[in-house]
Amino acid sequence: MNKFNDIKKIIVEKPLKLDCGQTINNYPLAYETYGKLNGDRSNAIMIFHALTGDQFASGINPITKKDGWWNYALGPGKAIDTDKYFVIASNVIGGCMGSFGPSDINPNTKKPYGTNFPVITINDMVNAQYNLLDYFKIEKLFSVIGGSMGGMQVLQFVSNFPNKALTAIPIACTASHSAQNIALNELGRQSIMADRNWQDGFYEEQNKQPDKGLAVARMAAHITYLSKAGLQEKFGRKLQERDDLKFSFDADFQIESYLRYQGSVFVDRFDANSYLYITRAMDYFDLTKKFSGNLSKAFEKSDTKFFIISFTSDWLYPTSENRDIVIALNAIGKNVGFVEISSDKGHDSFLLDVPDFLNTVKYFLNTSYKQIK
Amino acid sequence: MKKEFYNIAKLVTQNSKVLDVGCGNGELMKYITENISKDIRGIELSKSNVQKCVEKGLTVIEGNAEKDLRQFPDSSFDFVILSQTLQAFLDPENVLNELLRIGKKAIVSIPNFGHWKVRLHLLLKGTMPVTKNLPNEWYNTPNLHMCTIKDFENYCKERDIKINLKNLKFHNFFSELGIFILEK
Repeated sequence: MNKFNDIKKIIVEKPLKLDCGQTINNYPLAYETYGKLNGDRSNAIMIFHALTGDQFASGINPITKKDGWWNYALGPGKAIDTDKYFVIASNVIGGCMGSFGPSDINPNTKKPYGTNFPVITINDMVNAQYNLLDYFKIEKLFSVIGGSMGGMQVLQFVSNFPNKALTAIPIACTASHSAQNIALNELGRQSIMADRNWQDGFYEEQNKQPDKGLAVARMAAHITYLSKAGLQEKFGRKLQERDDLKFSFDADFQIESYLRYQGSVFVDRFDANSYLYITRAMDYFDLTKKFSGNLSKAFEKSDTKFFIISFTSDWLYPTSENRDIVIALNAIGKNVGFVEISSDKGHDSFLLDVPDFLNTVKYFLNTSYKQIK
Repeated sequence: MKKEFYNIAKLVTQNSKVLDVGCGNGELMKYITENISKDIRGIELSKSNVQKCVEKGLTVIEGNAEKDLRQFPDSSFDFVILSQTLQAFLDPENVLNELLRIGKKAIVSIPNFGHWKVRLHLLLKGTMPVTKNLPNEWYNTPNLHMCTIKDFENYCKERDIKINLKNLKFHNFFSELGIFILEK
């Protein structure tokens, strides 16, 4: 697609056998880097984005012209200090920011893949991104970091490549997607599919966009990223530019207006089919499955030092699920730290200005880096 | 740093694997990391203390020792340290059993309720003793299970827990604190 001509990408020639059974090759993987790789290539960090993120984690996203999704955490002098570290971020396969995704043209039909795109998994995403280590000739990453679905990728990365990351920071995530989270994702998918414009996933060839469905999916999901207390504090029952109720279905309340806005801006930057594919990948994520339910076994061969972070008001990926990862690592004597950060900002806390969280990442990285220098 | 911490740190073997249970603000862990062994981590309940440990660059697990020790395998640490926390647990017996299960050796310190100042306080004033090591009043003390050095020795004897005193000489009457190396 034209708008992605100027962004960085590699074409991965090496065939990748997907979990669904199909094999892909010569596929694009879009990436961005921050900071400079040092002489002995020991300061590289790979960060993984969440459901609707992309490779533009810091600065201004050149496609959307919006701030990068991790501006609070990533940049010069910040928690992930790009004066010090070389940070690689890529767009997951299945995504819509230049990596191989459902809006790419299928060379056989000359039309967008749509729902003929193969179902991908977190495992597939991580295996695709691993090619960037070869591309940058990095023997071992200093760290792998990510929140939410990015955290799942961190766990999968360490499990797949047990000696390729010195440290790992999975944030606000889980090792096995819960029934509640599958349910919430299904709600979003059904909302998209219920939009007439969706056309079984082949909307692009008909020049249609299931904007309404995608917006509702985003609105529902957005609620899950916040907390009840946070919502109450920010919006309460405040009215939207009016003195009293209008006895209609307009957005009387600020929270309604806010959600509608979130939905409307989301459709400008995100592809509905990508939303389906990526939420499916999250639902399929269960790191314990391959190991007969024993999560410890996923990390048995790893020498990675972990630091796991959760948030008090995150009910989407609650502390208990993050703690299960800590328990699995402790059970096999691995090096792991764990902190539950106090925040009323819900699951979104990892994207926001939460000083205790940012400090935790910063101190852990800097101390670990000192130890290898 | 508290004198107690120097005394505890002295008991830890160089480069051994250590767990500090209830590691507080990480002062002892930091000292051990810098001087004795880098292979150390702590468990701490209080969020503000956990942050202080993080700021010191220490490996800390936010958690509750009464519940969270069970996740560690048998003999997974050379030393498990418990400094002046035993008396604050709901079930100190369980915690001690866990310490001795996961640690090859446990270093345990307790405030001694048998110290002469404590005894004198109760005898003369007739109120619950408040001292440097026991600074709280009866209504706000976190200490649920106070004991004396003698109580603790008796406890260990009854359960065949070996007290390895080495150079330590603690006396029920004169020591404000008891520090023990325990082995099962």
